[in-house]
Amino acid sequence: MSPAPTLAVVGAGPAGLSAALAAALRGVRVTLLDSAAQAGGQFYRQPAEALGARHPKALHHQWRTWERLRDGLAQQVSAGRVQHMTERHVWFVERVGEVPEGRDPGNPDGRGPGGSDRRHFAVHALPGPEQEDSVAVYADAVVLATGGYEKVLPFPGWTLPGVLTAGGAQAMLKGGLVLPGRTAVVAGAGPLLMPVAVGLAAAGAEVAALVEAAGPSHFAGRSAALAAHPDKLAEGVGYLAQLLRHRVPLAARHTVVEAHGKDSVEAVTIAALDPAGRVRPGTERRIACDTLAVGHGMLPHTDLAEGLGCRVDGVNVAVDAEQRTDVPGVWAAGETIGIGGAALSLAEGHIAGRSAAARLRGAAPDPRTWAAAAKSRTRARKFAAALAAVYVPPAHWAEQLRDDTLVCRCEEVPASAVREAVEELGATDARSVKLLTRAGMGWCQGRMCSAAVAGLAGCEERSARRPFARPVPLGVLARATDEQAPEGGPADDEQNPS
Amino acid sequence: MVGAACALYAARAGFSVVLVDRGPVAGGTTGSGEGNLLVSDKEPGPELELALLSGRLWSRLAAEPGLGASIEFEAKGGVVVASSGEGLAALGEFAAGQRDAGVDARVVTDAELYELEPHLAPGTPGGVFYPQDCQVMPSLAAAQLVRTARGLGARLLTGRTVTAVLRTTGGEVRGVRTDHGEIHAPYVVNAAGTWGGDVAALAGVRLPVLPRRGFVLVTEPLPRMVRHKVYAADYVADVASGSAALQTSPVVEGTAAGPVLIGASRERVGFDRSFSLPVMRALAAGATRLFPFLAGVSAMRAYVGFRPYMPDHLPAIGADSRVPGLFHACGHEGAGIGLAAGTGHLIAQVMAGGVPDLDLTPFRPDRFADSPAEEAS
Ligand SMILES: Cc1cc2nc3c(=O)[nH]c(=O)nc-3n(C[C@H](O)[C@H](O)[C@H](O)COP(=O)(O)OP(=O)(O)OC[C@H]3O[C@@H](n4cnc5c(N)ncnc54)[C@H](O)[C@@H]3O)c2cc1C
Ligand SMILES: Cc1cc2nc3c(=O)[nH]c(=O)nc-3n(C[C@H](O)[C@H](O)[C@H](O)COP(=O)(O)OP(=O)(O)OC[C@H]3O[C@@H](n4cnc5c(N)ncnc54)[C@H](O)[C@@H]3O)c2cc1C
Repeated sequence: MSPAPTLAVVGAGPAGLSAALAAALRGVRVTLLDSAAQAGGQFYRQPAEALGARHPKALHHQWRTWERLRDGLAQQVSAGRVQHMTERHVWFVERVGEVPEGRDPGNPDGRGPGGSDRRHFAVHALPGPEQEDSVAVYADAVVLATGGYEKVLPFPGWTLPGVLTAGGAQAMLKGGLVLPGRTAVVAGAGPLLMPVAVGLAAAGAEVAALVEAAGPSHFAGRSAALAAHPDKLAEGVGYLAQLLRHRVPLAARHTVVEAHGKDSVEAVTIAALDPAGRVRPGTERRIACDTLAVGHGMLPHTDLAEGLGCRVDGVNVAVDAEQRTDVPGVWAAGETIGIGGAALSLAEGHIAGRSAAARLRGAAPDPRTWAAAAKSRTRARKFAAALAAVYVPPAHWAEQLRDDTLVCRCEEVPASAVREAVEELGATDARSVKLLTRAGMGWCQGRMCSAAVAGLAGCEERSARRPFARPVPLGVLARATDEQAPEGGPADDEQNPS
Repeated sequence: MVGAACALYAARAGFSVVLVDRGPVAGGTTGSGEGNLLVSDKEPGPELELALLSGRLWSRLAAEPGLGASIEFEAKGGVVVASSGEGLAALGEFAAGQRDAGVDARVVTDAELYELEPHLAPGTPGGVFYPQDCQVMPSLAAAQLVRTARGLGARLLTGRTVTAVLRTTGGEVRGVRTDHGEIHAPYVVNAAGTWGGDVAALAGVRLPVLPRRGFVLVTEPLPRMVRHKVYAADYVADVASGSAALQTSPVVEGTAAGPVLIGASRERVGFDRSFSLPVMRALAAGATRLFPFLAGVSAMRAYVGFRPYMPDHLPAIGADSRVPGLFHACGHEGAGIGLAAGTGHLIAQVMAGGVPDLDLTPFRPDRFADSPAEEAS
């Protein structure tokens, strides 16, 4: 018997967890890496109380799912089939060793004598951004399940203290940092605003308004796709009920045009939007607040996939029906291939894990065995597409930016510089704007401002190529890394750079 | 970059100019390389002469109101470091030859070296200081030259691909066809960089421009720790080499904006964009050998570009005798930013029918026999 095939799963959110479990249950030795201290990802990382206690009905199902994943992980870890590495920031996934021509690298029949060409991937991870001891996990195949990050759109005043992202507000809740007596406005577009507003209100803050760019008419044409998801609708209705209970005023088809304040936010001006997505003059109104949580949805993390050379369509990593990328041996699941919510991530992760397990054993998988997951994937994708069509930022949000509004915080690039690059310097895409203005060259590498730059430049959003998912010290990069092989055997030598 | 310079000098010579690119300004190799204007790495010969002419022109451009700062021009000087006593002797010899050709090249002792670059690794025997080495930010340089040319009436058409070179029945150039209509002109300048061979083919002529991949590593922003462009002596050998093997040599420089750039791997692997960790490792290792403090500095990103190189490592500059009205200005390999000003100036001179400041014979676009690919030596 040859040793069990190995799989590295990057990201321990819903997608990564279900992929790891699906593969481990089918005889694959899995290493699960995540930068966080606990498994769960963006969704299940929320404190248990918030999920379990506050919305018992609507979220009961999700809570059970989480318990199942958590217990499953614990079982597989104690059985030695999954190694869970927490607080590992993966900065690069490298293809190592030659894949024999015409052979599926996940196929052990393609293995050379002694299994020498079996470790096709090295997953390089740091315990923290400034750390010096990068480790390399070697595996026959990888599943990328790195999720997404919040999309930020600037507006005058967005850099004031007290303005945070919806996710940031969620983190504040988690840390118990919301002091009762604070006044918050929740604004932007997207299904995440409601839970954030409810969470803030439940924690004792006064939520002075929930400002949502979408309006009732947006839902009209898509009611069929949305109604196909009674569970989701129930969740939404549940949130609405909570909003009512906490007396949170809902300003639909509105947008924040400016945040005011000297040292921190003191008030916001909101305004109604016309059908074309422009601010209706004369509808501005000022709301006093000391906290503004803004969310405009999420964008996929595609860095690791791009470092591997995987095809990316627009902003999403491209995969086939089995969740395989176009790079042999690399699967991708969850929000890294498109934003769609926890249920979709679960289904995709499950399929990825099963497909990888089959292919690592040299068998073509039978999709009928995951028909249920495939069905829920189809449904969830439809639902996500309907939501994405409903919740779009106002079409003309960029017009609200004044020339001195910062677009890129890291490099302090104002809107005027981006406008100049487009109007006078011949930039026609986000990359050339970046080159000509430095927007997106700073610490966050454009994760914060890329959407804003694309909007201002009037071009399509595309993933920026970021070879390193995390900054990596040159000393680490220069040194041969420590190695860690999941099955404990000797790992391949580092490639010689000469 | 080269097209931008040609447009500017042609506009200044009184031509009515249309600048066409299938992408944005600086979307080609110019947007994925560094902006060193170097004389230090060139041995005496036609390329060095072009570099010296270019250097003078860049300084003149940088002195024009507003332009110097907007292209981040810096006359920072270059420092070439020897790795051994023997290496130092070889460098000294190389520098003596350059001095005869008009380069300001000053051999420096180890003490002087540490004065120039205090954070260099200890134990370095010495090197050569080249005050004429300068730097610009390449994308801004291209964009600002284009803007200046537009101020003189040149038209910029981005997002248009040239799909054919139009000829009269007599064979003379009469313009180009693009995917958005035709542009008519008696002269066409091919400044398509690494894709110059494809554009030449549209006019029915062969021009062997090939890609040579290069990676640059970019660190987090730092206060000025590296003052000059600093590189190890083995770099010079790499530039003149046509070997297909990877050759990395540490080229380290600080930038006006803060990040340190570590660059110039050289590989002939076609247009393969995938990131190569071994190459990054080699760059990082080389840089930390020169400047040990960099070990604790984070690499933020890396970028990849494809230098346009020709089999004899000289660009193609001038009229193509095979197609009247067709000019070439491409194939500048790893020096196209530095050589752009001179190239644009010379192209404008020959297009206007004048005598160029530099003998263009070594750069003749038709110097390669119309035979199957000859390999680099
Ligand atoms: C405030 C908020 C409220 C939400 N409410 C709902 C809701 O009510 N219903 C719903 O269905 N969905 C909700 N979502 C969305 C839900 O969280 C996501 O759909 C889901 O978590 C996606 O799962 P995933 O596994 O694809 O990615 P994630 O959960 O994002 O997991 C990705 C994991 O990868 C890790 N990771 C990323 N990059 C690296 C790296 N380079 N190295 C190591 N680890 C890495 C991250 O730390 C993370 O743990 C909400 C999201 C937010 C932010
Ligand atoms: C890593 C690296 C580091 C470098 N460092 C330096 C340095 O320090 N100093 C230096 O001087 N040089 C350096 N170089 C080299 C320098 O970048 C190039 O020599 C220079 O950019 C070439 O400029 P160009 O204008 O000829 O080509 P490009 O900038 O590539 O421009 C050619 C343009 O032609 C367009 N084009 C092509 N085909 C068509 C068509 N059919 N229709 C319309 N448009 C078309 C392309 O879109 C492109 O914009 C470096 C290169 C690399 C890769």
